[in-house]
Amino acid sequence: MDVLGRYRNLIVLVGVLFAQVLGLAVQVRRTTDNEPTRLIRIWAVGAITPLEKTLNWVQTASGGIWHNYFYLRGVRAENRELKQEIEQMRLEQARISQDADQARRLQALLGFKEQFISQTMAAQVIGSSGSELSRAVYLDKGEKNGIKPDMAVITKDGIVGKVLRVYRSTALVLLIDDQTSGVGSILDKSRLQGILRGTSSGDVVLEKVMSDETVPVGEQVLTSGGDGIFPKGLAVGTVTQVSMGSDLFLNIHVRPSADLNRLEEVLVITKVDERQTEPDKAAPVRAADILAERLPTVPPKPEIPAGAAAKSSAMPTNGVAKPGAVTNPPAAPSGTVPSKASIGAATPGISVTKPSIAVNSAAAKSVASATPNSGTAKPATGTSLNPAATKPTTGATPNSAATKSASGAASYPAATKPVSNAMQNPAATKPPTAAATNPAAAKTGTTNPTASVVKKATPPNATAANPTAGTTPPAGAPKKPAVKPTSITGPGIAPKAQPAPQDPPQ
Amino acid sequence: MAITYTSGEQVEVYRFSIPATILIPLTAVFLQAWLPLRFHFFTIFDLPLLVVIGFATARRNPLAGLFTGAAIGILQDALTGNPIGLYGISKTVVGFGASSLGIKIDVENAGARFLLTILFYVVHEVVYFFIARVLVGLHMAWSWPHEIGSGVANAALGILIYTLLDRVKQRT
Repeated sequence: MDVLGRYRNLIVLVGVLFAQVLGLAVQVRRTTDNEPTRLIRIWAVGAITPLEKTLNWVQTASGGIWHNYFYLRGVRAENRELKQEIEQMRLEQARISQDADQARRLQALLGFKEQFISQTMAAQVIGSSGSELSRAVYLDKGEKNGIKPDMAVITKDGIVGKVLRVYRSTALVLLIDDQTSGVGSILDKSRLQGILRGTSSGDVVLEKVMSDETVPVGEQVLTSGGDGIFPKGLAVGTVTQVSMGSDLFLNIHVRPSADLNRLEEVLVITKVDERQTEPDKAAPVRAADILAERLPTVPPKPEIPAGAAAKSSAMPTNGVAKPGAVTNPPAAPSGTVPSKASIGAATPGISVTKPSIAVNSAAAKSVASATPNSGTAKPATGTSLNPAATKPTTGATPNSAATKSASGAASYPAATKPVSNAMQNPAATKPPTAAATNPAAAKTGTTNPTASVVKKATPPNATAANPTAGTTPPAGAPKKPAVKPTSITGPGIAPKAQPAPQDPPQ
Repeated sequence: MAITYTSGEQVEVYRFSIPATILIPLTAVFLQAWLPLRFHFFTIFDLPLLVVIGFATARRNPLAGLFTGAAIGILQDALTGNPIGLYGISKTVVGFGASSLGIKIDVENAGARFLLTILFYVVHEVVYFFIARVLVGLHMAWSWPHEIGSGVANAALGILIYTLLDRVKQRT
């Protein structure tokens, strides 16, 4: 008993330590996936987070008063600048959307499944774990808001982390710079895959990239989707330092895109859909469309004579492929500038062509001969807004729906290789379309500005509906049919370059 | 509360009221969780550890010190993503050690408090590092400059915290 009394403090210390070590061992051994949240965590979070929420609310409210009422200097100028920036970004978006559309068509062709972020929830960061050794933050949304473990958390700049634990009205998010986190990542250009981890010093490193690979500093890191938490393609960060690591792997330091030290509002991805990629049937916004919106509307033109209409409608029966006939929407009203929707809808069916390649001078002249007032198009307008082609090819490539652009790429950088069109519309083989979506050309009085068939220019049998016809011209077809889009009707094509006598003076 | 003597000199033993015993650790844990969001540099501080050291050296009771350390440490653990017990064990050791040392040396002056805080900060980190690596299997890196720097920063803040705690402690 004397011994117990003498070493009482030490015995209690050992007992308390032993109990905690035992508890630790049990926690480490158990898998955390199906383990319910411990009561002590619920109590601790329940005691701390209401204070954090209250303080956060007070801070937000006081900050809101300052920002909404007192700190308004320069807002108008800023607004003006932002509007200009939006205009620029819309044009940029138009270009990018074309690329995305092409990518979707390719993916659809290859049967890819794509992940879409279909639902997110905004949440506010109200607290942290308070430890350098556990990098985690608390959100003001929890189970009652639909948050579940393993949901991805992002900001507009990049990924933040994943939901680790969910409480009734709060959630704990493990940041990507925590040393227990791991994010499947891929380098943007080199397409090397690795695992992104945090370190005890707070840095973020990309692991498992072989040392014989070359990774330039400044390369973007994206999510690879391999972890099953983050959808593919989200921004992760930028490579800041590359050195030889241990074993056979590189030591790649990454600066996270999202500022993990100044998190305020985040988005929780609550729903990710996985579906077969489908080409975008919605009207894409193109630079040409945006410009077309700003052009003055041309008054309606009289109907094209029935004979001409019949002539043009007979074209498909002659075996001439109608590019876009499958996917194009109904024709726009005669004599009007094609709307954004109509042009956009026509786009998938139009031969998107490679820029800056040989131009059929005859065709170019033909297109150029149409102007809104005189019935001949201005070369600049006709070509710059027209990604469609004037020169039918002899089908060198399997995908050659291949019409070559006159000079469409000059101001329309999204004009791309013809492969995309072939994916979308195999029947659209070699239509030497001219100004298919050219708003200016449309003013010349086509009955269907979205049509894209060139009469006379293409022998009827040269572009048969057979998808393979585009690659190998049928016997007897001219090697290089002269493209003279003198009469242009039908879906997805520019109008014939002809005078428009009924055009009132602008 | 027993009064302990060292070298024949009477050592003051203090106690804290129940509200102070509950609210001060809670406030420390709350501030530790909230302040780093606004001031990221605050992550180098460990307010709960300073409170544990402050309570332990004032009470000068090893049992009270270790239980206070265990409770505050487990509360801190509960807010992190790591298993519960990492901070608990570390702060139990610190609480026991600080109260045991408080019996033997004078911890009332600022210089002693400063050095004591650096010492116990390093002890705390060593214990945490050991448990995290050996028991939990976390990959952690040890950096002496970082630990010493953090220890000095915590000691400086500790002087202020202990002064505040002096105002609420009561002589037994």
